[in-house]
Amino acid sequence: MPTALRFENIDKRYEGLYALRGISLEIAAGECVALAGRNGSGKTTLLRVASRLVRPSAGTLSFPEAATPSAARCGYVAHSTMVYDELTAEENLVLFARLQNVEQPAARAEGLLREVGLYDRRSSLVQTFSRGMRQRIAIARALLHQPSILLLDEPATGLDPHGFSWLAQSLRNLSASGCTIVMSLHGESEISALATRAVRLDAGKVVADTKSGASLHSILSFEGA
Amino acid sequence: MAKRMLLGAVAVLLVIASAYASFYIAPIERTMGALQKIFYFHAASAWAGMDAFFVCFVANLLYVWKRKASYDWLAVSAAEVGLAFTTVVLITGPIWAKPAWGIYWTWDARLTSTFVLWLLYVSYLLLRSLIEEPDRRALLSSIFGIFAFLDVPLVYGSIRWWRTQHPQPVIMGGPGSGLEPTMARVFFFSVLAMHVLMIFLIRERYLLEQTSSEVELLQREAEAV
Amino acid sequence: MSLLSNTAVLLGKELRTEFRSRELLTTTAVFILVVLIMFSFAINPTAEESRAFGPGLLWLAILFAASLMLQPCFLREQTNDTLSSLRLAVSDPFAIFLAKLAANTFFLLLTELLMLPFFAVFYNIPVLPQLPYLLLILFLGSLGVSVAGTALSAISAQARMRELLLPLLLLPILTPILVVSAIVTVKLLDRDPVVEWKGIGFLALFDVVFLTALWLFGEYLLEE
Repeated sequence: MPTALRFENIDKRYEGLYALRGISLEIAAGECVALAGRNGSGKTTLLRVASRLVRPSAGTLSFPEAATPSAARCGYVAHSTMVYDELTAEENLVLFARLQNVEQPAARAEGLLREVGLYDRRSSLVQTFSRGMRQRIAIARALLHQPSILLLDEPATGLDPHGFSWLAQSLRNLSASGCTIVMSLHGESEISALATRAVRLDAGKVVADTKSGASLHSILSFEGA
Repeated sequence: MAKRMLLGAVAVLLVIASAYASFYIAPIERTMGALQKIFYFHAASAWAGMDAFFVCFVANLLYVWKRKASYDWLAVSAAEVGLAFTTVVLITGPIWAKPAWGIYWTWDARLTSTFVLWLLYVSYLLLRSLIEEPDRRALLSSIFGIFAFLDVPLVYGSIRWWRTQHPQPVIMGGPGSGLEPTMARVFFFSVLAMHVLMIFLIRERYLLEQTSSEVELLQREAEAV
Repeated sequence: MSLLSNTAVLLGKELRTEFRSRELLTTTAVFILVVLIMFSFAINPTAEESRAFGPGLLWLAILFAASLMLQPCFLREQTNDTLSSLRLAVSDPFAIFLAKLAANTFFLLLTELLMLPFFAVFYNIPVLPQLPYLLLILFLGSLGVSVAGTALSAISAQARMRELLLPLLLLPILTPILVVSAIVTVKLLDRDPVVEWKGIGFLALFDVVFLTALWLFGEYLLEE
């Protein structure tokens, strides 16, 4: 399987302390990777480095399969929605679509709004949205340019059971269509069951990887020391 | 240790020697008399201050390019030393000018630029104190430092071409403005002495900053455990 | 060209957001007005003094107002971390700065134009005869304020005490703008008006220098 995303000896230091230390990972195209670890273990930093928002202190990040730099643009869903509260759902999506030179931005925005179930709230300001709706618009924004790599940071946080099922189904569909997914999670769930691989971080280092033989269950359910 | 103190000893000796030269070797100036001799010390300090700021500017550029902490240590050291020299210049100037010229201050190009320069580097140090994270602090203050240094010729030009309408007493004249040979020699000796002092002070401050960064790092590592 | 199209899209967003609430425009305009009035109380100028001091005070008011108006520029991108989504979406991070400084220049100009009638009345200075040149000076000066202010706003947004820090960083840097704009405006609005092209050229030089500096170093301001 071709490599979609490669971390080579990635370090990230803040105030001299290592948030990530010597991270070397190869993520194959189409893999669905679950990233596990305690709070502060470096999951968010790893995802931000992968999205290229954060510049590593050392090491290289590469996207071997990407033909052009813009093709290496990941979709990124974070703790914040990363959309404007003072604009409507539609205005937000059209804005980001146009910035990324998506073809027919208005049509694409409309299509995504329908997919995430926000079409009838398209003219409402995002500040009126509930937590679940905010997550949906965040995901819609991340998918605008049809990324081949999707990065999600604890995407299920704050979702009700309905929202949760919707997220699981969406990720299932994306994975089936060949999208490479890296998502940070806590514990086992319907979403973690989609993972084809799991990696555990602790204090900025990779401590377990299903690729090296550990079981999905042990990585995801491991709690404590 | 002894080798390190050698530079300091040389600096102090040179300053004392230049003071001696100013008082005993340089001839007494026609119009101002003995009072004029402070010019050697005062103008030389101003030059040393300006050159320290130039060192800071270069260090800022180097940091943005190379991202090595040592350039940041150099930048802050040079800025503080430059500020020290400039503060002395700005305080002694008016104190001397009042008995000599009858006025404390005038808004001519040189004085105004010096004062704005002083303000800019005070702001530079203030900015540094308000950013916790060392890498961010170094990067953001470096860029501000670059902007500030680029601003100085603009400040000088704006005052020189648009503010010198009313007659200005030329306080202390320019260094090349018809200095008699002995005076010129004494002046350049003073400039040399001040620059050696400047280099010594910057180096001491740099070593202090280096040590304090290392201590901070060790402290944080200890806390993290 | 991607940079220009990105800038245009973002500029549209900045304008749309502001015109929806108009909070920045109204507060800035009122602030300039308040400062102009307070200057009159503090100085109590004669008619001739008004003509000599007025323009300088106008520019001072503009600078104070701008150092407040520019605060939210990058702070509002922190609320939902939209700065990150912008950085991910645009091809050149300079587009983000370009759009913001264009918007800020426009907002400043708009508030200045709103305040001009009040200025003319309170200081007894007719401005209409010289309006075209006055607009040129206001534009070049406001552009300089915006370029420096937008850059420094990105810096102060990442520091503590940002409300006090921005004016402290910005006002010394804007000294050349204040000095030259004030004098050029005084000469323009004098009884025998003079268009000081050298000054206008200098303002343009300031704008070019800082725009270039921002273009060279801007992306580092947004880095994490």
